[in-house]
Amino acid sequence: MIRRSFLSLLALGFASTVKADWALNMPTGITDLSVETYNIHMLVFWWCVAIGIVVFGVMIVSLFRHRKSQGVKPATFSHSTTAEVIWTIIPVVILMLIAIPVAETMIKLEDSRDPDMSIVVTAYQWKWHYKYQDEGIAFYSSLAPSSRDARRKQSGVDPNGVDNYLREVDRPLVVPRDAKVRLLLTSNDVVHSWYVPELAIKKDTIPGIVNEAWFKAKEVGTYRGQCAELCGKDHGYMPIVVEVVEPDAFQAWVDARKEGAPKVASSQ
Amino acid sequence: MSTTVADLHDHHEDHGPAKGIGRWLFSTNHKDIGTMYLVFSLTMLFVGGAMALVIRSELAIPGLQFVHPEFFNSMTTMHALIMVFGAVMPAFVGLANWMIPLMIGAPDMALPRMNNWSFWILPVAFSILLSTLFMPGGAPASGWTMYPPLVLQTGNAFPFLIFSIHLMGISSIMGAINVIVTIINMRAPEMTLLKMPMFVWTWLITAYLLLAVMPVLAGAVTMLLTDQFFGTSFFLAAGGGDPVMFQHIFWFFGHPEVYIMILPAFGVVSEIIPTFSRKPLFGHDSMVYAAASIAFLSFIVWAHHMFTVGMPLTGQMFFMFATMLIAVPTGVKVFNWVATMWRGAMTFETPMLFSLAFVFLFTIGGFSGLMLAAAPADIQYHDTYFVVAHFHYVLVPGSIFAIMAAVYYWLPKWTGHMYNETLGKAHFWASTIFVNLTFFPMHFLGLAGMPRRIPDYSTQFTDFNTVASIGAIGFGLSQLIFVWVLVTAYRGEKALDRVWEGSHGLEWTVPSPAPYHTFDTPPKARIANEAFE
Repeated sequence: MIRRSFLSLLALGFASTVKADWALNMPTGITDLSVETYNIHMLVFWWCVAIGIVVFGVMIVSLFRHRKSQGVKPATFSHSTTAEVIWTIIPVVILMLIAIPVAETMIKLEDSRDPDMSIVVTAYQWKWHYKYQDEGIAFYSSLAPSSRDARRKQSGVDPNGVDNYLREVDRPLVVPRDAKVRLLLTSNDVVHSWYVPELAIKKDTIPGIVNEAWFKAKEVGTYRGQCAELCGKDHGYMPIVVEVVEPDAFQAWVDARKEGAPKVASSQ
Repeated sequence: MSTTVADLHDHHEDHGPAKGIGRWLFSTNHKDIGTMYLVFSLTMLFVGGAMALVIRSELAIPGLQFVHPEFFNSMTTMHALIMVFGAVMPAFVGLANWMIPLMIGAPDMALPRMNNWSFWILPVAFSILLSTLFMPGGAPASGWTMYPPLVLQTGNAFPFLIFSIHLMGISSIMGAINVIVTIINMRAPEMTLLKMPMFVWTWLITAYLLLAVMPVLAGAVTMLLTDQFFGTSFFLAAGGGDPVMFQHIFWFFGHPEVYIMILPAFGVVSEIIPTFSRKPLFGHDSMVYAAASIAFLSFIVWAHHMFTVGMPLTGQMFFMFATMLIAVPTGVKVFNWVATMWRGAMTFETPMLFSLAFVFLFTIGGFSGLMLAAAPADIQYHDTYFVVAHFHYVLVPGSIFAIMAAVYYWLPKWTGHMYNETLGKAHFWASTIFVNLTFFPMHFLGLAGMPRRIPDYSTQFTDFNTVASIGAIGFGLSQLIFVWVLVTAYRGEKALDRVWEGSHGLEWTVPSPAPYHTFDTPPKARIANEAFE
């Protein structure tokens, strides 16, 4: 039991960006800050492994050596102020070593100045609404029909045959690569949360409050997330899909949407 | 006055328990009330466990097979409410009732009639809560955290949810008062505070935590009630209120609450490891200070449950650093337990097995807690299965294993017979293997991005979910071994007064089974003999 957990912990370190079903670790993601977030995660993790090896190591040695069945006579010592001081100070030092890089990353996460574009994200029970402030387009993003049909109780459809089951939408959020995108997040009804692992973003959307988040995607691709705050019966059925495309492809997409969509009120 | 006292005393000389149901309904005896709390808590463990099995059955494979999403949300909500308020907390109160008077040399709790009420409120409260499963709109389904505005969408069950929580809170507050007054006032004369056993110390600290935070929970749910029915807007933005304020108030209760659920466990393990190591607890005074530090720190970390609400940077930093600090006194306790074992002469009876598993597995839960404390990383972990893994590690192989260790440890004192050690070990190994099978994969699910509180999931999460569900079924079935141990508890050989060779403490100076009334007169010389020094 103990050894199994241990080996799993070790394996975790070696399987960094495995995307298959037996994925063991967090994705490194596609922004500079998602990589920093991953590094913080691994930093704390390795410290825990180190402390675990020491503490569990001593315990395991003791469990084998200091048994009555080995015929040992128990010692009688019951305290040591020196030991207490040492094993109080060393953890404090370790925590300080962890705290410094963590604080540096936190400061960067909050810096949403000078964005290239702003998108207002409004959460609904149970879908998302996106409004591009400068481009003047807006639309709802809901669970894709293929998933919607398969998700019903005893639907008879095998989820394994549905592409991106429960993580596909009808209209994804399209953004250009290398643009600093600022999100303004709120909700129309209850608290939801906008969460895309590969952007390392999770921000609660709260009725009456506008929250802010930002990202700068470095790689083209499709990235999927989900609502991350219990919001009622279809909390598990309001996914998020972000498509990062080259800047000219983004412009073409904006133009196409503007032409096709009914007139939307321009951004205020 | 003195004649009356003498008369009462004479009548009590050969007075055993009352006959019939009255013995239990009107009990003012700490042993009977302790037994009732423990039986109630075991029942609730199975009720909450059944709900967990509904959850894990649905999550075994992708697709929705058994329940509708609304009912699934009710199951997660009720599972947590039942386990937290119906299984873990009452179990520790039951242990406190049985053991605190015995450990301090007191004849009973300070307020025996209030003690009776503290218990009997609970079956009423949980009948009300469980009855909501049958109401229009179903049982509450907004999570045990009851965040508004979602919780205000609860159907007819809403006022019953609030009322049952108020009742549970009143029970806890009265119990806490009883514990504090008993410990402060009724210790045997030679037992100074720092001579008290660790189980008593951790319960003293826990009782203060309960007094401080249960009223805060009561306030929070009352504000929900008035928002729903009486036109207030504490948490409704349209009326000028703030949904996030609820989260602050709830977690100001909620974080000390989880320490309420673990401190007595620390106390239990601090009793058992020295006994089976045949060596004094290492650093007894240090352990007291560490427990007190943990309790103090528990008040200033609550917003680490809220790193994604849009908190200012300074707030995030403060709560992150304060949370990381709790690792220090907690680590001190783990090191002290290991130092107790070191160069002892250990044997591995069932209570010791559960206590050792506690140290290993609670520490793993502590590691994931430290990872969660790092706010930027928590952005990725929050509301995913990584959190579910963390708190189940500290609560199941943490609190629940400590409760089971305590039951195996003190059962022979309660019944006068040794339980079946082979079955106990079987229960232990089955529970340990299955608990890890259930909860360890959840770390990976969380890291891969699977959110909490969803009834169905994207297919890449299948394999670990299936393993977890198999583990859950195994863990549930393993608890039937425990029931069998308890049912056959009176069959084993007669237990000695000092059931365990290496034990120390006043509870081992009374006969096994402990007589209905003990320490009618305070013990004297026994205190010095029972101390390790």
